[in-house]
Amino acid sequence: MRRAPLPADALDETDRRILAALQEGFPITPRPFADAGATLGMGETDLLERVARLREIGAITRFGPFFDVAAMGGDFCLCAMAVPAGRFEAVLSLVNAHTEVAHNYERAHRLNMWFVLAAENPVDIERTAAAIEAETGLSVLRFPKLREFYIGFRVPL
Amino acid sequence: MSIDAIDRQIISATQAGLPLTPAPYAEVASWLNLDEATVIARLAAMKERGIVRRIALAPNHYALGLVANGMSVWDVEDGEAERLGALVGALDFVSHCYLRPRALPDWPYNLFAMVHGHSRDEVEAKRREIARLLGPACRAQDILYSTRILKKTGLRLKNAEG
Repeated sequence: MRRAPLPADALDETDRRILAALQEGFPITPRPFADAGATLGMGETDLLERVARLREIGAITRFGPFFDVAAMGGDFCLCAMAVPAGRFEAVLSLVNAHTEVAHNYERAHRLNMWFVLAAENPVDIERTAAAIEAETGLSVLRFPKLREFYIGFRVPL
Repeated sequence: MSIDAIDRQIISATQAGLPLTPAPYAEVASWLNLDEATVIARLAAMKERGIVRRIALAPNHYALGLVANGMSVWDVEDGEAERLGALVGALDFVSHCYLRPRALPDWPYNLFAMVHGHSRDEVEAKRREIARLLGPACRAQDILYSTRILKKTGLRLKNAEG
């Protein structure tokens, strides 16, 4: 994924309007680009080409449905580990090998590895966390969410 | 699990994204040997049930200049956590805000808020704004900046067909 900012002139006003509108939602209709385009004041082909270009230049990371595993009866859990610097890459390979590990970030802290476990079955969360502890010999702190106040960041455009 | 085999096929086929074609749902239907109306009805029903949060594009924060992000963490009084969490979650620069259990003695923080900005200075200024909002109910705080993305895949259904 692109982590560097795009040049200032990479996006024009129309691109910004598309990003602002389509980060909120996209129609579930037979011709969604035609329908979304009508709202934005542009044609179906124009919108399709613009979205394709936004994807090509890395201005968007994904286009499609966002699923909530918890609503499917599954579960999420944020986990953290304090990984000794010399073992970081080896532990990372062990952790990332689990399909349940959806996101993983290195962070500047004594607890330097933070990952999210996502599973269709809550039992799999605990099983995976325990497996990671057994494989690495390190403890996995579990931070299940007790309450979600907000999710769904909108990038200011 | 509250989804059936057809929902599961649709999730599996679209979890990496929708095709950029004039009739994307018809295209997904053709991959799965379903008809377009079924795919549309199933996605709409899953959206209704919260299984699909939304169908949308995800702007790349970094590409759009939001290159600084930190996980700010706060130790707030339990009795005030619900009220304060709602206030922090409503701030426009906070992307995720959760109440989570503490892990004592290692980890005294119970309120987590992801803060985004164009620079570390901007993130720090926003963090001070949160601190002011929390006031004396907050006993300790920290911020953890990400130094590397180690994995980012989102949900992957296991044992999914296709």
